Amino acid sequence: MQTLTVNGNNLEVDAEPDTPLLWVLREQLGLTGTKYGCGVAACGACTVHIDGMPVRSCQVQLQDVRPEETITTIEGLSPDLSHPIQQAWLELDVPQCGYCQSGQIMAAAAFLKDYPDPTDEDIKAGMTNLCRCGTYNRIKAGIKRAAELS
Amino acid sequence: MSVGKPLPHDAAHLHVTGAARYVDDIPAPANALSLAFGLSHVAAGTITAMDLSAVRAAPGVVAVLTAEDLPFDNDVSPSNHDEPLLATGEVHYMGQPVFMVVADSHLNARKAARLGRVEIDPRGPILSIESAMEADSRFEDGPRIWTKGDVGQALQDAPRRLQGRIEMGGQEHFYLEGHAALALPQEGGDMVVHSSTQHPTEIQHKVAEALGVPMNAVRVEVRRMGGGFGGKESQGNALAVACAVAARATGRPCRMRYDRDDDMVITGKRHDFRIDYDVGYDDTGRVLAVDFTQMTRCGWAMDLSLPVADRAMLHADNAYLLDAVRITSHRLKTNTQSATAYRGFGGPQGVLGIERVMDEVAHALGMDAADVRRRNYYRAMGDVAGGPAPRPADSPRSFPTEMKEGDIASRGSQAFDDDRAEVGVASENTTPYGMKVADFILHEMTDALLERCDYFARRDAIAQWNAENGLLKRGIAFSPVKFGISFTLTHLNQAGALVHVYQDGSVHMNHGGTEMGQGLFQKVAQVAASRFGIGVDRVKITATDTGKVPNTSATAASSGSDLNGMAVQAACDTIRDRIAACLAELHQCSAEDVRFADGRVRVGGEDMSFTRAVQTAYENRVSLSATGFYKTPDLAWDRIKGQGRPFFYFAQGAAVTEVVIDTLTGENRILRTDILHDAGASLNPGLDIGQVEGGYVQGAGWLTTEELVWDDKGRLTTHAPSTYKIPACSDRPGVFNVDLWDQPNPAQTVYRSKAVGEPPFMLGISAHLALSDACAACGPAYPDLQAPATAEEVLRAVTRARG
Repeated sequence: MQTLTVNGNNLEVDAEPDTPLLWVLREQLGLTGTKYGCGVAACGACTVHIDGMPVRSCQVQLQDVRPEETITTIEGLSPDLSHPIQQAWLELDVPQCGYCQSGQIMAAAAFLKDYPDPTDEDIKAGMTNLCRCGTYNRIKAGIKRAAELS
Repeated sequence: MSVGKPLPHDAAHLHVTGAARYVDDIPAPANALSLAFGLSHVAAGTITAMDLSAVRAAPGVVAVLTAEDLPFDNDVSPSNHDEPLLATGEVHYMGQPVFMVVADSHLNARKAARLGRVEIDPRGPILSIESAMEADSRFEDGPRIWTKGDVGQALQDAPRRLQGRIEMGGQEHFYLEGHAALALPQEGGDMVVHSSTQHPTEIQHKVAEALGVPMNAVRVEVRRMGGGFGGKESQGNALAVACAVAARATGRPCRMRYDRDDDMVITGKRHDFRIDYDVGYDDTGRVLAVDFTQMTRCGWAMDLSLPVADRAMLHADNAYLLDAVRITSHRLKTNTQSATAYRGFGGPQGVLGIERVMDEVAHALGMDAADVRRRNYYRAMGDVAGGPAPRPADSPRSFPTEMKEGDIASRGSQAFDDDRAEVGVASENTTPYGMKVADFILHEMTDALLERCDYFARRDAIAQWNAENGLLKRGIAFSPVKFGISFTLTHLNQAGALVHVYQDGSVHMNHGGTEMGQGLFQKVAQVAASRFGIGVDRVKITATDTGKVPNTSATAASSGSDLNGMAVQAACDTIRDRIAACLAELHQCSAEDVRFADGRVRVGGEDMSFTRAVQTAYENRVSLSATGFYKTPDLAWDRIKGQGRPFFYFAQGAAVTEVVIDTLTGENRILRTDILHDAGASLNPGLDIGQVEGGYVQGAGWLTTEELVWDDKGRLTTHAPSTYKIPACSDRPGVFNVDLWDQPNPAQTVYRSKAVGEPPFMLGISAHLALSDACAACGPAYPDLQAPATAEEVLRAVTRARG
């Protein structure tokens, strides 16, 4: 048994220590908003925050997470859709199929903390999650809009 | 009226909170089992021995099944009954499923699958177009050949002539949500299947065959997919059938999802093509004759390859009136994944062939390529006598009296359709297949786009810039698209809908289309809301369900909103007319005078809420549930002759792309893209512009960074995002302007809108042409840029241009 702090809750999980955090979240805790995309930390669909830092949870093992570290998933980003990234995403209708968007939103939320007033070049360099629907134009616009809303 | 408004995607709120549920997110019962396939490690050969004892003994394994354990049909083909779920003695590609493991967890199933010992006596695999041509390894008895005019004579008579070749790679779909299915056994042997599929009826059909039950014992439900792009038209069959068979065998729910590498190794991709061309033209850039030879690798099984190759032929003209043309199409059978549907369905490959011809002709003449293109356009809509192409002759037809074998709801059944239509051939402004182009608007669209993006001034500025810069070179190119809308297997152009209105005035809407991100559900809900004059918030969008609307066609060929929008409109109108008739009788007025708008119903001077009107109808015992049905009119097509009217109309678009290349490394960037796209009178401009942006990005990816590589044993070496590069945020054009050409469709489509899913994909071709232009700035010779234009290929083209 290991204790995790997820979205403000202390939770006991029972899984092999080398289980990727992604599967702990999805299968043990039922938090299916975080998605599996590639399993090799290349696509970013599984992005969550650990102590506010974006990580690709398919490549973080359960044993690597300390009990005092706080994990935030898409379900815990805001209680009421109030995060500026969520607001901007809704306003500009960013998602198409939506599958990568939990990861995009978590990556963008972390990015916005480091770049409160981002340039196009910052976004190009900082947003590396993949989207096959090709929503990148609106992801860029969404981050800029969120910066205004923040 | 909600039609025409840029309302957000129906699941927008769910997408941004992680609450949108995909197949693998559905909570499975606690006793559910997980599946994994054991795969062939050889591209071609005979299985001589199989030792699965270690698999059976592995932790958590409940069952291991081979072909011999399948009780009924062992087939997941959508066409030719040539695709066993599990290999039967022979293997045909590296990655073919040979056995399946049923275990208590996904991880245990996958680990166990690696323990199988399958001995295969290998044969030399046929991997390339060249080796398949040499071995005459093909589908159908020979090449399909369509002709218009006397090509041989026209080529001989032409004052100028050139020959060339373009090879274009395939494309992995890389839907971010890989394939997934969940089968839930029911009482009496029935089965409920959740599948990430664009074609629920196909899943229902194949599962029923595999279980030995009629289709009415299988219900398939699809709420949404995490991307489809054609990859989920037929490729989900294997998982759904495997889950259903395992669920039947164990009596427990079974689920399966492919890991990314398995998904890329097992499933089919876009067809790669080699197109050879022989062109006759004159000094003004007018193309007088073209002889195309299209060769495509279909992979090991037929799947949907015949209609894909047909559509490549059907788009060999793109936007250009060709008086003399021959198109020869070879559909080659190779020991690789069975190539399948992918956004555009062969159209992009055909279009790239003729766009390459225009590019090379312009280079040979030293003319501007946009001018050469306009010179060869079809005549404009206003310059052609109106009316549709000749309708099919009204001759008596015979019908088979026994049930047809095969997969009649699949595009793959095209090859076995014995019911060839009588077709008429138009005499002016006709395509190579005899269809009159009566709705061509690219002249106006091109003028508008070139002016809007300042094409000619930028072209001059780029030439100046290139003269002053040695290492970096810029390029700019314009390309149009004219894409035929309809399934080329005519009978698939039908759709059904089921609409209920409840006594509180809320509406429940269901239709045969599936949602994969394209916004279909919202667009169709806007149609429903508009018919009742209510807000779209009162329309509940529900999962596609074969138990509600039967005999659906795949959500494919860009047809989703055209077909399902009309079917929902018909259902809503039936209910609305019943309510109107009821109210008219009560108010002693004409039903035509009952008005539904702004959530209100006006009748005989009285104004009531929609809810009150519904309640009144209910109290008067009026049925508030209806089905709707639609079939596209005026289609007639003979694919063997290559003659007729396969399309209801053409969707069009135009793009200009500017790029820069590094002549030392071949690295390149898209600097700016301008697009003007024709979505008719758009049902939802916000969603449609999203489709245009995404289609362009995906099309540009196909022709630049996305390279599939097989080794000489037939192993796909690019089977993960670490080696197969789809466009990332940093590949997005630096400047990206997209506008809709907002004019109503002359054809009678739903609210005069046009299909938008596939056509903009082909606008990505302008990126390839712009790279060719940049390479051409490096020297006097034609750069002969192949596709994909990876950095390596750009570097080779620079070298060729230098001569």
